[in-house]
Order: sequence, then structure tokens, then C-alpha cells
Amino acid sequence: MASIALDHVDKTYPNGHVAARDLNLVIGHGELLVLVGPSGSGKSTVLRLIAGLEGPTSGRILIDGEDVTAVPPERRDLAMVFQSYALYPHKSVRENLAFGLQVRKVPASDIRERVQRVAATLGIESFLDRKPAQLSGGQRQRVALGRAIVREPRAFLLDEPLSNLDPLLRVDTRTELVLLHRRLGATMVHVTHDQEEAMTLGTRVAVMRDGRLEQVGTPLEIFQRPVNVFVATFFGSPAMNLWRCRWTRTATGIHLASGGLAVDLAGAGGTGWNQDTVLAGVRPHDISLVPHGDAEAVGRVEVVEPLGATSVLHVRIGHGSARAIRVVVPADLAPVVNAEVAIRLRHDRVYLFDEPTGVAIMRS
Amino acid sequence: MIMSRTLRASGAAAGLSILLFPLYWMVISSVTPDARLFDAPTLIPRTVVLDHYRALFGGRDFWTPIRNSLIVAGATTGLSVGLGALCAYALARLQFRGRSLMLAFVLAISMFPQISIVSPLYLLLRELRLINTYPGLVLPYLTFAMPLTIWLLVGFFRQLPAEVEEAALMDGATRVRTLREIILPLAWPGLATTAILTFLYCWNEFLFALSFTLGPERHTVPVAIALFRGQYQVPWGEILAGAVVATVPVAVIVLIAQRRIIAGLTAGAVKG
Repeated sequence: MASIALDHVDKTYPNGHVAARDLNLVIGHGELLVLVGPSGSGKSTVLRLIAGLEGPTSGRILIDGEDVTAVPPERRDLAMVFQSYALYPHKSVRENLAFGLQVRKVPASDIRERVQRVAATLGIESFLDRKPAQLSGGQRQRVALGRAIVREPRAFLLDEPLSNLDPLLRVDTRTELVLLHRRLGATMVHVTHDQEEAMTLGTRVAVMRDGRLEQVGTPLEIFQRPVNVFVATFFGSPAMNLWRCRWTRTATGIHLASGGLAVDLAGAGGTGWNQDTVLAGVRPHDISLVPHGDAEAVGRVEVVEPLGATSVLHVRIGHGSARAIRVVVPADLAPVVNAEVAIRLRHDRVYLFDEPTGVAIMRS
Repeated sequence: MIMSRTLRASGAAAGLSILLFPLYWMVISSVTPDARLFDAPTLIPRTVVLDHYRALFGGRDFWTPIRNSLIVAGATTGLSVGLGALCAYALARLQFRGRSLMLAFVLAISMFPQISIVSPLYLLLRELRLINTYPGLVLPYLTFAMPLTIWLLVGFFRQLPAEVEEAALMDGATRVRTLREIILPLAWPGLATTAILTFLYCWNEFLFALSFTLGPERHTVPVAIALFRGQYQVPWGEILAGAVVATVPVAVIVLIAQRRIIAGLTAGAVKG
């Protein structure tokens, strides 16, 4: 297994599109790193740069400390699972799995044995002699995974391998991927645009936007300590609520005010208090309904979205000015539409961001 | 409903008969005795004789032009598809400077009227002592066969999903191995179509074959047929029998492969 490093990597396509800007990233031995970001953020480009299918405009790519920037993909010994699976349509499943081994001149008996073993692991033995066209989407996905595993490559590159599966199968396969990663102990780079997938899969998550790495960390770090508004709103579902607030210092901390919302927070350390206003963010799970006496804001329920165990309330505060606040409550406690509710924020889960830049203000 | 269907059927029949009539006339004339050829024409031949065919293969040795045509068209097709596939793959997939210019250049070459390059080619072939040889026909044929092949194959290769090739590269296969084991098998319908079209062009080619051959030992079928005409007489019966013999293999190939050819001719038209 291998470690992969990007060293000041830039990629500008001939049409002028910048897909990677000064990327620096180290992916350790046996790590499952998830590259996540909205479409067009450059995450697939990063994968293709590591694979060698694209060359960087500048910068270096290292595998196990060795500079492979100029090494073509076929000699990097990495395996890739494509979003479209990209199975060889004219070869049977068995031949699909065997191709990479035949290319490496592995003896035929070894190939047979390894293909058999991987097929058994993935439960695809029963259709080894079928062609890809005769398989369902989920089966093709397994074959694509098997083709990568059977090679025992230095690292796996997975380009949105789950996005073509139906939701139920996707969740199952996600779990299998985690188990597979644990069993193989392999270095994996997994690209997805799905924040939930990123959170559940990754030992570390790298968030990308516009060709930049916004934040790299464990899923919980990213969820709990987002470095800016983009990361904060990208993770978590429903997305974080944001208010523009005026702030004033108080004896114990700061006071935030915005429309019908008034919050006193303890502690106002850190830096970044440059403007008169800040963006305050609270996740919908960190807001609770309270009796009117304890309220930090009072509003009217506009929409109730039942999700089963919980319901998402859209609460309008004040008179139609601000965006509605999303609040997640247990379904059996959900009020009816048009009810007046009082809400309170969890103070230790209030995030503050600098207004024009969106950079997080760390309060100690 | 039934009305419109009969109307359509009869329309199709009318169109088809206009297209097929010359061929039909060629066939029945080729089995009509010389004396009857210029009588009042009849749709159904009254006497059928095979004299013309006998004369073709007995008196004239029509086998030689057939062999020449097969060798020249076959060799041209083989070379053209073999080399053209490599060239087209590079033009379709690899990134390099001047790629689109090169593709435009290939197209431009195929736009040259044949007659305009006959003289320079003749001089060139004479210098190379290739007049009246098989290479002396195959090489000039490549000037129109290669652009055709390359253009058709670039279209086919571009339609193949790039990810399948990338998967092969990631599996460790070299470009050449990827081409051989992944691309060519997938592009097989395109290759077959291209080969057939190239073969047809070569089989029918007349001007180069006439210009660059000297004697009957190297004449191809179209040239041989054209030269049946003597100083004082035109052996129409034999000419038409020769035409039938030249048409049959082509017609058979086309009928067998018609579906693929249609797909091949329209490939690239849909996908820009």
C-alpha cells in the first residue's frame, strides 16, 4: 500500500478552465480519503491527476515519496473505479477481472485463483461468464470494484462509484466499501458530491471548491469546526441556518441581534471581529422549541416536512423579511402549520463567520 | 389505411424499378445473342444464351483482370484500414499540437480531383519504376482510400466511451495493447464498414487504373471492360457480361453488410 502526495499542483485546461489551484495534500498509507465538493469543484480532476490520466500544469505528484508526475497511468500501478464503471463490453466478467493480471503477465493458474477469490468475496461468482450488458447496475458496480481489487494495486481511486446506484443499494454498498477498506487496509481516494457519503466513508475528508482545498480533516472535525461558510453549509442536512447579525460586546461575551432574534453568547475571544456584522450559523438540529418565556426568537411555522422520525419546520421570524429558519424536531412534537413557536439555539453550537469573506471566527 | 399502404407500396415499387431497371437490362442483355441485341427490345428475353460469358472467360481471359482487381483492392483495403486505424486513433484520442489542422489536411487531400494528380503521380511512378505493377496502383489508391478510412474511423473511435480506454490504461495496458484488445474489438463494426467502403471505391476505380497500367496483364476489371471495344466494333454483349461479373461480388458484399454500412455512413452525423 502506498501514500500519495500532491505538491503545489495546478491544473488549467486548454480552454482556460482552472480545475486545481495550488493543491497540497498527503494521503497516508491505508487511508480512505474522501474528496467532496459540488460539481465542477475539481475533485474528479484531482483523481485523474493522481491516476495520471491528466498531467498537472505545474506541481508534482508523489507516490511513496517517488515523483510520478511524468509516469504514464499504466505504470503507476493504481486501480480506478469509474462512475460509468467502464467495463470492457466485449469481455465476460471473468475476462474483465483477468485483463489487468494478464497485462502484468501473471501466470494463468494464479489469475484463475485470484479471480475466483475476488468473485467469491463480492458475490459475483454466479455471473462470471456473462457479459456486462447482461448485468444490473449493482452487479456491474461490483464487477468494476472486483476488477480493481483483483489487481492488488498500490492504491484505489474511486470516482463517484455509488452515484449510479439506487438509494437503497447505495447505502448498502457504502457500508460494504467501508468494510472492504478495513479488510484490505488499502489506500483509497474516493470522490463524491454527496456530503453524507463523505461523512460516513472517510477516515478523512477533503472539501473542494473551485479547484481549491477548503478544508481537510476527519468527518467530525469538518462537521464541528468548519473553517468557512461554504464548508459549514455544505455538510449537514438540512443545511445550516445563517443570519446576518449586528453584534455588541457585553460584560460576559457578545450579544447578537438580527430581526426577531436576540442571543447572548458567553466568551468573545479569538480574532476576526472586523466588521459591524457577522454571519451566525446554527444547524437545524441545534435549535429547540421552548416555552415562550425562554425564547430567543418567536416565529410562525410555515411548512412542516415530516421525515418519519423527525420533522423539519420552516419557521418565519419577524415579518417576512429574513429567510425562514429550519428546525429539526422529533416528529411527535411537531407543531401544526401556522402555529406560533418559540425557539432557542444551542449556544455552544453557534458558528460565527466574517461577513464578506465567510471565514470562521473561532471563539476560543 | 389499407389504401395508403398500397399507395406507399406501389410508390416504393416504382422507385425500386427505376433504380433496378438498368441492372436488369444489363443482365438480360448479357444473355441475349449478339444478333438480337438491337432488335425491338423486350422485357422478357426470348432466347437465353451464355455465349458472352463463354467468350469472356474463354476468348478473353477475364480471370486476369478479376485477379488484378482483387489483389489491388484487397491490398489497398488492408493497408488503408491497418494504417488508417492507427492514424485515426491518434487523431481521435491523443492530445498533440496541430491535431485539428492535420485532420483538416487529411480532408483537404481527399478533395483533390483525381484528374489533377494523375500527371504528377504518373511521373512519380515512372521515376520509381512502378508503372504497370501492383504497388503502382496500390500506392496511388491509398491517396483517396486513406483519407476516407481515417475520416470514417475517427468518427467511430470518438463514439467509443473514453472511460473504457482509461480503464484499460489503469489496468496497466499500454496504448498499443489498449488499441488492440479494447478499441479495435469495440470498433469492429466501424472497421468492417470502412473496409467494405474502401474496397468498393478501389474495385470501381477507373482513372488511375487506366493511367498507370500498360498491358492486359495488369488491367483491372473496369479498365479491361472499357478496353473490350475494338477499332471497328463494340462487343456490347461481352461488355455487359463483364459488367455483371464485376457487379456480383460487390452486390453480394453490400447485401450482406447493408445494415452496418448504413450505420457507418451515418456515424458521426448524429454525434457532433
